[in-house]
Amino acid sequence: MTNTRLRTYIMHVEDLPGVLNRVTSLFRRRGYNIDSLTVGRTEVPAVSRMTIVMEADDDAARRIEANLYKLVNVLKVEDTTRRPCVTRELALIKVRADQARRAHVLQLAEVFRARVIDIAPEAMIFEITGTRDKIEGLAGVLAEYGIVEMVRTGAVAMLRSAGAEAEVQEQPRTSAA
Amino acid sequence: MRTGAQILWEALHREGVEVVFGYPGGAIMPAYDALLESPIRHVLVRHEQGASHMADGYARVSGKVGVAIATSGPGATNLVTGIATAMLDSVPLVCITGQVSSKFIGSDAFQETDITGVTLPITKHNYLVTNVDDIAKTIREAFYVARSGRPGPVLVDITKDAQQASTVPVWSDEPVRMRGYRPEHRAGSEDLSRAAELIDRAKRPVILAGHGIVKAEASKLLRAFVDKTGIPVASTLLGLGGFPATDPLALGMMGMHGESWVNHAIQEADLLIALGMRFDDRVTGKLDTYAVNAKKIHCELDPAEINKNVRADVALVGDVRDTLESLLGLVARNDHGSWLARISDYKGDSAVRDIQTMPHDGRLFAAHVMHDLWRITEGKALVVTDVGQHQMWEAQYYKHDHPRKLVTSGGLGTMGFALPAAIGAKFASPKDEVWVIAGDGGFQMTACELATIAQEGIKLHIAIINNGYLGMVRQWQQFFYNGRYSATPLKSPDFVKLADAHGLDGLRVTKRDEVEWAVERARASEGTVLIDFRVEQEDSVYPMVPSGAALHDMIRRPNPIVETAGDE
Repeated sequence: MTNTRLRTYIMHVEDLPGVLNRVTSLFRRRGYNIDSLTVGRTEVPAVSRMTIVMEADDDAARRIEANLYKLVNVLKVEDTTRRPCVTRELALIKVRADQARRAHVLQLAEVFRARVIDIAPEAMIFEITGTRDKIEGLAGVLAEYGIVEMVRTGAVAMLRSAGAEAEVQEQPRTSAA
Repeated sequence: MRTGAQILWEALHREGVEVVFGYPGGAIMPAYDALLESPIRHVLVRHEQGASHMADGYARVSGKVGVAIATSGPGATNLVTGIATAMLDSVPLVCITGQVSSKFIGSDAFQETDITGVTLPITKHNYLVTNVDDIAKTIREAFYVARSGRPGPVLVDITKDAQQASTVPVWSDEPVRMRGYRPEHRAGSEDLSRAAELIDRAKRPVILAGHGIVKAEASKLLRAFVDKTGIPVASTLLGLGGFPATDPLALGMMGMHGESWVNHAIQEADLLIALGMRFDDRVTGKLDTYAVNAKKIHCELDPAEINKNVRADVALVGDVRDTLESLLGLVARNDHGSWLARISDYKGDSAVRDIQTMPHDGRLFAAHVMHDLWRITEGKALVVTDVGQHQMWEAQYYKHDHPRKLVTSGGLGTMGFALPAAIGAKFASPKDEVWVIAGDGGFQMTACELATIAQEGIKLHIAIINNGYLGMVRQWQQFFYNGRYSATPLKSPDFVKLADAHGLDGLRVTKRDEVEWAVERARASEGTVLIDFRVEQEDSVYPMVPSGAALHDMIRRPNPIVETAGDE
């Protein structure tokens, strides 16, 4: 194993029933463990976008990409590992905080630029977006006050360079039948 | 207006389909009703597994797409073994299954199975069609996906209501456009030059010829490449016939039951040129001891195979025929006399360990049958084997000089494959003399297809290599499990009577000097003849590289044979 690390793939897939299953089935079958996966619509009709984070070495990463391309519904795969890219996750964190401690907790959240989206007599909910490190940083300091529950999305990623979407548009290609 | 069922058959007809193999049932009944008006021939199988194997045998021999058809639920799941077999050997199939009406999907209706879910990891692609308007387009796509790029099986599940509904079909002659599917690759010119340089510099090169040579119809180019470079050719099991086995530069089969000199040559090589093969574990033995001094040029259509098992120094991703054509123009004329002489030295005492040259003591060994079959049929038969010891003996002793004359389940190793696959092979090439070679175990897995042979009135030649054991497992038990024969002794029906019960002829052979008589009688007969060869019961396939051992670490046949007779 060389260069094993967390890798983030951006995939454009056809928005059809069962496509998510095809993608996850491939990872399962080849024995790769998905760290996080998000799916959503894009600006292009009938095209969904997935961001998949997983651990792999260089060889495995290249083969995963090649295997993903073998799925008929997969339009484009980008391994962002060595490319300039922004990555964000979102988390909602419900913290135990009565009136006496509320001000203190709010101060901490301020440092992380988390937003308050609900306040109840005994608890409050923060919304935070950012990198995994940032979210884990906030969760770490809030843990002292007692996290009632936390929900996190996986990562979403986007390459910094322009033109990535244009390439997807060029995908259709004919072949002699 | 046409019904979905009528559109289905017309779509198949437009793809050039002449024969399909199938079995009717509730959810596919509209299609079977419309079949009566179609010019396509339907072969009624006795079990749907037979349908997918027949379509597979048909595809391997014809180079076209094989078609199997079944109903929903158990009909569809019975296809699964044949689909997985085709997937691992990259055989183009289109399997059509009926599905319960769309309003019942997900309700656990009678004979409902999520067959697109079940076959997701063992198909190249699959479709669920619930709308009659999608049938024509989907069938066209399915054939295109099945045969293009690295071929494979595609399943199309069509609901009963889609078969029954009517529409005005839209037929297209435009090339298929699928924006997410790009099967074509071409090796880069820089990589080709690097490969040519390695080939010209090599002192001990070996070509590893795989199934890709057969599939890409690249035999003639390989011939030309070998004539120019003088490089010897080792074959994978599925590559046999891709290069003439009787050519002086043909080394024979590599791998677990490869010839000893082939495996030694690979281990000592300074360059391996892999053509349309994927370095399966049965071919490489222990990976970190595999051809450690050799540079590797990997010519392969599927980029996902590059660096999967063996690291390539140069990867030429593309159709192996295009790649060979390009390389042929780049490499220098060469010969490798001293390297060939060295490989000959490896043959050493192989000849005296060969059953053919051992003193004839009246006993009948499976190898005798294979050798005699090859001799009597002058190497021209189309042989379809099952899986196990007889398969390896066939590979060693039946010398295939032409591609598509050996049909065998390599990747999946599917017992029960031979009989149905041979029926498909016969439909693909009716003029060929087709021999089924099967063990007594595997034959019984799909023996019901004898009735299909009788009903279709086709002529096959069936050789059962009957040793009263599940022989390959018995051999492993002998070598690696202290001779503890767990569930391998096998009592079989009287195969001669079984043939007779199907209205076919049966013969029994127990001695070597009866082989020729029986084979000639089978050939002369009008109809299918089954020969029950009662062979030496506890013979083993040699050489053998134990699973996980280095490729040069082979168990050899004791010399002479009498030693084994005592041991066993």
